Amino acid sequence: MKYIKSLMVALTVVLFTSASFADTLNDVKARGMLKCGSNTGLVGFAAPDDAGVWKGVDVDVCRAVAAAVFGDANAMEVVPTTSKARFTVLQSGEIDMLARNTTWTFSRDVDLGLEFVGVNYYDGQGFLVPASLGVSSALDLDGASVCIQVGTTTELNLADFFRMHKMEYESIPVETNDEADAAFLAGRCDVYTTDQSGLYAQRSTYPNPDDWVVLPEIISKEPLGPSVRHGDSKWADVVRWSLNTMIIAEEMGITSANVDSHLSSDNPSILRLLGKEGAYGAMLGVNNDFGYQIIKQVGNYGESFERNIGLSTPMAIARGVNSMWTKGGLIYAPPFR
Amino acid sequence: MNGLTLRNIFFDEKIRSILIQAFVVGLIGVGIYSLIQTTSYNLDKRGIDTGFEFLKNPAGYDISLTLIPYTNTDTHLQAYFVGLINTLLIAVTGCFVATIIGFTIGIIRLSTNWLFRNFAYAYVEATRNVPILLHIIFWYTVLLELPKIKEAANFLKFFFLSNRGVYSPALILQDGMGIVFIFIIFSIVFAIIFNIWAKKKQESTGVQLPVFLINSGVIIFLPIIVFIALGMPLLWDHPVLKGFNFKGGMVIRPEFVAMLLGLGIYTGSYIAEIVRSGIISVSKGQREAASALGLKKNIVMKLVIIPQALRVIIPPLTNQYLNLTKNSSLGIAIGYADLVHGFGGISLNITGQAIEIMAMVMATYLTISLTISLFMNLYNKSVQFKGNT
Repeated sequence: MKYIKSLMVALTVVLFTSASFADTLNDVKARGMLKCGSNTGLVGFAAPDDAGVWKGVDVDVCRAVAAAVFGDANAMEVVPTTSKARFTVLQSGEIDMLARNTTWTFSRDVDLGLEFVGVNYYDGQGFLVPASLGVSSALDLDGASVCIQVGTTTELNLADFFRMHKMEYESIPVETNDEADAAFLAGRCDVYTTDQSGLYAQRSTYPNPDDWVVLPEIISKEPLGPSVRHGDSKWADVVRWSLNTMIIAEEMGITSANVDSHLSSDNPSILRLLGKEGAYGAMLGVNNDFGYQIIKQVGNYGESFERNIGLSTPMAIARGVNSMWTKGGLIYAPPFR
Repeated sequence: MNGLTLRNIFFDEKIRSILIQAFVVGLIGVGIYSLIQTTSYNLDKRGIDTGFEFLKNPAGYDISLTLIPYTNTDTHLQAYFVGLINTLLIAVTGCFVATIIGFTIGIIRLSTNWLFRNFAYAYVEATRNVPILLHIIFWYTVLLELPKIKEAANFLKFFFLSNRGVYSPALILQDGMGIVFIFIIFSIVFAIIFNIWAKKKQESTGVQLPVFLINSGVIIFLPIIVFIALGMPLLWDHPVLKGFNFKGGMVIRPEFVAMLLGLGIYTGSYIAEIVRSGIISVSKGQREAASALGLKKNIVMKLVIIPQALRVIIPPLTNQYLNLTKNSSLGIAIGYADLVHGFGGISLNITGQAIEIMAMVMATYLTISLTISLFMNLYNKSVQFKGNT
């Protein structure tokens, strides 16, 4: 009887506690650690390195948020999520935020109960082919077999692209990167399609990266960005301005190396960013020096980019559209004031 | 003794057990109710739309293996039916292959030949002790090692083998094929009637007619004669390597073959054991008694052993069919476009209606399983002892 009683209590607790969450910032503070959903392993965006430490531009967003909330970029745990489970995991409150190369779309923003807070990488769907195939444009792909990793907007863009150009194809949707990769390498399909960033990541893992070509066409807009649960604007603000801080820091030329020297800057907007003037941290509900902590511990947007996916890395992605707006790119943040 | 006092009611074993059961049922009811309430409350709170309206929206993605018309402008509902039919396709063909493998190996297991017997034994032990998922992935990996499409192996002139599947000529029906089909149906109907008539004749006169020979002759030759008489109204569409792939003809894709081999070989080993136990369960005396009556060996097997063995075989065989059908959902691992993969995976991701879609997929598997059970139970009833009890 005693057991039944405790079972009933447990049951009631399970059934009703999941119904209540509202203030994520408080929950995160109370837990003392940020739970950040990310990829199960995409080199350059979110993947554990040889020592098991998660690295990547998406992970850096998680680290920035942790630095803002706790003043410690390491006060976070990366929760690997599959493309299919990621939204459910976020909605159910298992993670506090999602930074997992996820495309910001209307239906996800409106219908799925998500709130996208910004864009940390402008991507687009592309095609990877073996160089030996002798194809130089995606318009030559009529009749090809295409390997797709499922659970993304990829299938839809692909279908639209081939339909628009009146071409035929055989779709081979595969559940994970690794399996799609194996099928592609074995020659089950001629083309591998996913976001271009993913293609570069994939190619960097191949034995002879030069034997593979990423075709120039981009067939979709894929703004990848972090998201939080809909209806918690306070928390959305924290994540949004953690990302914006990284972007503004690059714009102002503040890096993790020189941030300390900027503490005595004459420029008021730098002083505001680093928490030396104004009470912006307090408005956000975090420490006033959150900007300083992000830049010091994580670095600015450009540093994160170069460190994880830039030309010096195996990924070798040029800044391109992901340059600062001052350099003709799309990376832009509203003013910090 | 003391009449119906409250105390008596409470200590009455019957009433008390009813009370406890009612309490438990009530508890489960409250549990389910609050689960539904909590879910719909949470969905509502998170701004997620519920309902089945999404089924009418265009699916937007392509499926390669479609047995019914489907393009990416069709609805999610149509995608559901495509997936359902692909699931049924692999379930039915899988059960067929598994049954053939199972009965063959099961009988070989009882062979008097040492080599055959132990080969079958090794097969059963080796396959049924490896997880089904590994079987499927193993076969898929093997099939991917076949020649690449540009080096497709040509055999029997019209067939091509590559790691994108087996390409074969396809039939294109011309005018007049309808008449041939009518004759095929006619000859089957004839065979059934002839079979009944022959049985009656045997029962009344004892004369045995060569039913099998006559029936198969009619079913095979009658349509062929009509087919030739009409000037062979069929065209072959040959596959030709054009650009990236073969155009025309038919293709059997490696994903399907890997599923078929994986499911067939794995489940076949279980069925082999079931068949073996079924045959062993028929007592030796039955065989000896039948032989003593002067019946030939194959007649003994057909009329005495198998009918009795089936009584033991059918119930666990049903189980294996159910397992195979449910295991077919593992096609997701290699990209076989079944119900779970297409509708339960891609549609789910596009619409985000996880609860509705999963409920539909689960209800579908439940329905398929219950239908299989129903038919197998009916069949089981027909092979059970019908004696005076």
